[in-house]
This record gives sequence, C-alpha cells and structure tokens, in this order.
Amino acid sequence: MTLILQLITSFFASAAFVVIFNAPRRTLLQCGLSGMLGWAAYYLLTPRIDTIFATVTATFIVGVISQFFARIYKKPVIIFSVAGIIPLVPGGLAYDAMRRFVENNYYAAIQLATQAFLISGSIAIGLVISEVLNQLIRKIPVRVPNKLRSK
Amino acid sequence: MLQSGAETYRVEDTMIRIADALNLTPSQSYVTPTGIIFQCGEKQQAKLIRVQDRTTDLQKVSRVNDISRKLCSHALSVDDAYKLLTEVDTVNRAYPVWVQIAAAALSSGCFTYMFKAGLSDFIPGVLCGGLGFSAFILLHRWVKVRFFAEFVASLLIGLLAFLLVSIGVGSQLDKIIIGSVMPLVPGLLITNAVRDLMAGHLVSGLSRGAEAFLTAFAIGAGVAVLFTIF
Repeated sequence: MTLILQLITSFFASAAFVVIFNAPRRTLLQCGLSGMLGWAAYYLLTPRIDTIFATVTATFIVGVISQFFARIYKKPVIIFSVAGIIPLVPGGLAYDAMRRFVENNYYAAIQLATQAFLISGSIAIGLVISEVLNQLIRKIPVRVPNKLRSK
Repeated sequence: MLQSGAETYRVEDTMIRIADALNLTPSQSYVTPTGIIFQCGEKQQAKLIRVQDRTTDLQKVSRVNDISRKLCSHALSVDDAYKLLTEVDTVNRAYPVWVQIAAAALSSGCFTYMFKAGLSDFIPGVLCGGLGFSAFILLHRWVKVRFFAEFVASLLIGLLAFLLVSIGVGSQLDKIIIGSVMPLVPGLLITNAVRDLMAGHLVSGLSRGAEAFLTAFAIGAGVAVLFTIF
C-alpha cells in the first residue's frame, strides 16, 4: 500500500516538477514515468544497501530509460533525465545542511553537506555510466571525430 | 540554449555541429555558464556573447536541438533555420503562471509524502509549496535579486508551515518544510555542477557549484531566521 502511494506521488511529483522547468507538453507523461521508476528503485533499495549505492543504481536506471525515451521521441536526453533524477536529488539534504550551518551547529552541518555532495556525485556517476554504456552500444562514427576536434 | 539550462558541453557540441553543417570547419567554442566564446572557421573573428540570466526551460533546449538536427541532415536551409532560431528565442511558450504554481504546489505535497511524512502532511505541503513558489515568482519579478526572492520565499514557507502545525493541521514541521522548499532548492544545479566537473569543464562546474551554494544558503537562512524567532 505504501509502495503504491509512493509510486503515485513520485509520478506526480516528477511530472509536476518538469512543468516548472517548462518541459514540452507531450513529454510530461514519460517524465513522470522515469521519475517514478527511479524513485521506485531507490525506495526499494535503500533499506537493504547503502544510500550512495542505491542512488547510483536508481540514476543508472533513470539514465537508461531516458536514453530509450530520447531515441523514441527524438528529444534531448536531458528532458527525461532531469525529470527522473528530481526525486533523488539531495535538495532536502542541502537545505538541511544549510540550516544547521546557520544555526551554528557545524558538526552536523558538515556531515550533511558531505552527504549531499556525495549523493549528487553518485547521481552524476549513474548518469555518466548509462551514457557511456549507451555510446558503447551505439558506436556512432560521427561522434568520435567531433569529440577529438573539440579538445 | 545556455540560458535555458542545458549542459555546457551540449551547447558546445551543438554549435560545432551547426558550424560543421555549414562547412565552417574547424570551429572552436568555449562555453561557461556566464558567457560563450565562439569562432566559426579559421579565418573568421571570434565572437563573445554574454549570458545574463539563467533559468531552466527544457522546451527551448528541445526545439533548438530539433533545429540543429534538421540542419545537420540538410533538411533545412540556413535562412529557415535562422528564422526558426530567432522565433525560439523571442516567442515565449512557457506554461501560464497559475499552472506553474499549481504544479509546484502539487509536487511539494508529493515530496512531503515521499520523505516519509504521513498522509496528513500532504495538504500542508501543497499549501506551503504553492505559497512559497508564488512568492518566489512575484518577488523575482519585482526585485531582480534572485537570492533575496529565495530568502523571503523560504521565510514565508517556514512561517506558514509553523502556523499550520501549531493549529494542528500538519504534524511534522521538518518534513513539510523540506517538501515545500523542493521547488526552490538547487538540487539540479548541484548535480549539473558535478556533471560539468566530471566532463572536464572545470570553470563551468565551479561557477554552477557556487550558484547552487548561494541558493541553498539563501533558503537555509530564510528558514533559520524563522526558527530563531520562535
């Protein structure tokens, strides 16, 4: 029951959040879906394994899904991946850390800030892993010379 | 495109692709969150563009992407592409403000529930999130200083949450506040900053990180002021 409610709320949270970011109207459903799946993975994994690892796995799933959607709907990947990682993003932690700082509680603040930083790092890692995997699978020959030249 | 919150490497990539499609090789681009330096072709002069305001507008990113894709596959002529690009820049296709506020309110409520607060905290989350986001939009229009708007918005959120809890509508003050500041909080900025850093764009990563830090500071300070009063 709780799981179903969590799924519903995460779907609406992600879909509504991308409205603030002005996502195209036709992609709202898919955005909600990717947010929901990412949060589901995170929610099911957190009691069993470490938060950081759960975040990496969840973002990896989000990344794969958004690459998939991006290919189907011919939209940039960022639309779907942003929606997917919104529930996972350590906004609450960043806020909490800042509140502790302002309240002169530095020990707790540093701990929370480090945690927020690590989690956002793991989100980035999850996305990068899925991107690398995608490129390895596709192996577009056009992309390689482009990358070399820009360096 | 950069103004709309795309990653810097995507902006660089897109510009180089467009230039390639127009046979202007080799072109160089250097993008940071606050400015673009671009040289198309070896003989041309480099151009500098200052980026003033940064928001997130995925629709614009997506449409520019479409145009550049078509241009690269030669389905679109240069003049048409230019016309379309200026249209993307000038025509505002944002959702109406009330839809945005409603969306922020809804997502705040959902976040409040997702962070393991009870169902009874859903309604206070919706109220606080809606109030906070509308305050943010209003203030951001009125005074152009973004951090001030964030500060006051989070102060209002804290105030309303405190009032609601003290009259017994919600139960967990902390969860309500965290849920309703989510639309303001720079979680996405932090993640983008780390991604930029990992892609080797050190300047963009650090400046995005600084922006995220300031935003988080404004929000945390807003709520903390309230806690010191009560």
